[in-house]
Amino acid sequence: MFAPVLALATLAAAFGLLLGYSAIRFRVEGDPIADQIDSLLPQTQCGQCGYPGCRPYAEALAKGETEIDQCTPGGEATMLALADLLGREPVVGEGREEVQRMVAVIDEQACIGCTLCQQACPVDAIVGAARNLHGVIERECTGCGLCVSPCPVECVRMVPIPTDTRAWKWPYPARVVSASR
Amino acid sequence: MSPVALLNYKSRERQLWRFHGGIHIPDEKALSKERPAAQAPIPRFLVLPLQQHIGAIAKPKVAVGDRVLAGQRIADPVGYVSAAIHASSSGVVVAIEDRPVAHPSGLPAPCIVIETDGEDAAVEQLPPIVDYRHVERALLRERIRECGIVGLGGATFPTSVKVNPGHDQPIETLVINGVECEPYITCDDLLMQTRAVDVIEGVRILHHLLGVRACLIGVEDNKPEALAALRMALADSDMADCTEVVTIPTRYPSGGERQLIRILTGKEVPTDGIPAQIGVVCQNVSTTVAIAEAVLDGKPLISRLVTVTGRAISEPRNLLVRIGTPANELIDFCGGYREAPRKLISGGPMMGVQLASDQVPVTKGVNCLLALTADEAPDPGPPLACIRCGRCAEVCPANLLPQQIYWHARAKDLDKVQDYNLFDCIECGCCAHVCPSHIPLVQYYRFAKTASWARDQEARQAEHARARHAAKQARLERVERERQAKLRQKAEAVRDKPAGAGTAPCTEPKAAIEAAKQRAAAKRAAAGQDAAAPAQAGAVRPEKERLTQD
Repeated sequence: MFAPVLALATLAAAFGLLLGYSAIRFRVEGDPIADQIDSLLPQTQCGQCGYPGCRPYAEALAKGETEIDQCTPGGEATMLALADLLGREPVVGEGREEVQRMVAVIDEQACIGCTLCQQACPVDAIVGAARNLHGVIERECTGCGLCVSPCPVECVRMVPIPTDTRAWKWPYPARVVSASR
Repeated sequence: MSPVALLNYKSRERQLWRFHGGIHIPDEKALSKERPAAQAPIPRFLVLPLQQHIGAIAKPKVAVGDRVLAGQRIADPVGYVSAAIHASSSGVVVAIEDRPVAHPSGLPAPCIVIETDGEDAAVEQLPPIVDYRHVERALLRERIRECGIVGLGGATFPTSVKVNPGHDQPIETLVINGVECEPYITCDDLLMQTRAVDVIEGVRILHHLLGVRACLIGVEDNKPEALAALRMALADSDMADCTEVVTIPTRYPSGGERQLIRILTGKEVPTDGIPAQIGVVCQNVSTTVAIAEAVLDGKPLISRLVTVTGRAISEPRNLLVRIGTPANELIDFCGGYREAPRKLISGGPMMGVQLASDQVPVTKGVNCLLALTADEAPDPGPPLACIRCGRCAEVCPANLLPQQIYWHARAKDLDKVQDYNLFDCIECGCCAHVCPSHIPLVQYYRFAKTASWARDQEARQAEHARARHAAKQARLERVERERQAKLRQKAEAVRDKPAGAGTAPCTEPKAAIEAAKQRAAAKRAAAGQDAAAPAQAGAVRPEKERLTQD
């Protein structure tokens, strides 16, 4: 009677110790899932998902607090990649096709040099100093649009980047297979 | 010809290999060979796109209003993988702006537009390098670069880069591509017939430049005149002992670089690799002639042979065309359209780019203007479902599984398509040609390729943005820490004041200033390197500090 109970208790204790030890020894810093999600996000830091930046959205997704289709700049591709990573069902919606890339442009005539857009820019793509004209480093601009609303004189605009022959992509074949059986 | 017979196909004693797949298609080459070649007239406007090559876009070195001469360099290469652009006739630069070009997107691209004066006055040419065997190889490469030579078979890769495989890549075999396997096109055939001596001269230059042992000129057996001309020219030259003109069986796409290397040498170019890795460099015959002209005559690449053909053209023929001539003027020179073409293509019917309009200029890579009638290019109708017949896999010259790639490309699964080596696809169109369901397979592959490139680029940009965002966050935190530290210091100084007896109340202003100076000096010494004194309070401060630190 006692032998099996004793044996099981011993085993349970041994495995408990082992698990407890490995939980301390092999402890993982941070959240690896959040890191993986973060690496799929476009890093515009635009906040359109309702979270203050890409990392907070990634953490919320890792905790399962939000949906995978909240990232507007990422579009359908990001949603599908997230669905794939998290094993969730892709969210079917409209208007999630191609996302037009934008760049911020400062109207040189109107800029008063208040530095507010500069402080808003998450990637330091705006240069300038107090009471001096500001400029956008186009190459670094992610097109998040966070600099538009802080401007007191409304001199920041978001302009779509025109597609040229180098950035052009072949379209998805329009005539899809009629009968797929 | 049966596969067994192909396997044992011999040209003289040379053994030939066979690449997987391939198809036989009507070659339609007689159409443009009926009439002799002609020199196309100088157009009123020459439109020279700044991007006629693979690599960085060239930078214009002329301004609107400048007078330019034929052969004058009007745009410089930017970086190593790039090519110079030369004016192909004399005239005045009237615009540097976006114009429609021969690109599948139909989007305009930056071009230099020259209004010609009809004089065709030439700029003083570069000095000929006749004794090229005794000059530095780098000098020859520089000449090829100066003359703006790119691969004229259609790929337009800068030749100066291709002939510089590096010291760690010994090149044993030079393969000259005179296959011209696409239907309708005959400009290389004509070039080999009429300028065989120049082809051999070019081979001799490349032989020296690359230090190769053997040169193989591959020509399909449907070009007997070209083969005879090349063999005659070779017999008259001193290259006969190391060069061979090899007849290869007609089979599309034997003219693909990897396929031709396989046929002639039996070697396979590795995935993601280049032929130089297996000791082979491949050049098109037209490029070879352009190299000979550049080195021996100092002539830049300003003209090329173009086949204007198709049953929608009244008088199909080959034309010697100045680069930048609008396609519609060439078609008019060939008698215009016999009927409205169903399809207008730049290049061949299999791999060419369909043009939205004929108002585009001929560039370095355009070897053919093809106007097909409705009979020649019938509408295949809507694509049907894939019946998994596997014929695409049978004909794929790159040994891929076109059907699998199709399924995954259709599902936009960009990782899976790369598992099936999508990027080894040469877009030859064999799979789509044999597909009984008329599925536009190549279009799916092109979509998947450009989508993959775009995705990779977006990932790189996102990574870069992440790093910059993290850097900004770190800086803001540091500035905030420093501000807190300074506040604490100040608070401590205020607290210590009543206790310290050293600071007696000053009546004299001078003494007060003195005392303040001493205090400041002491503080600076205490703070060490961290001496950035706060100038103003409020929101502006972090910005100021940031600017001084950045």
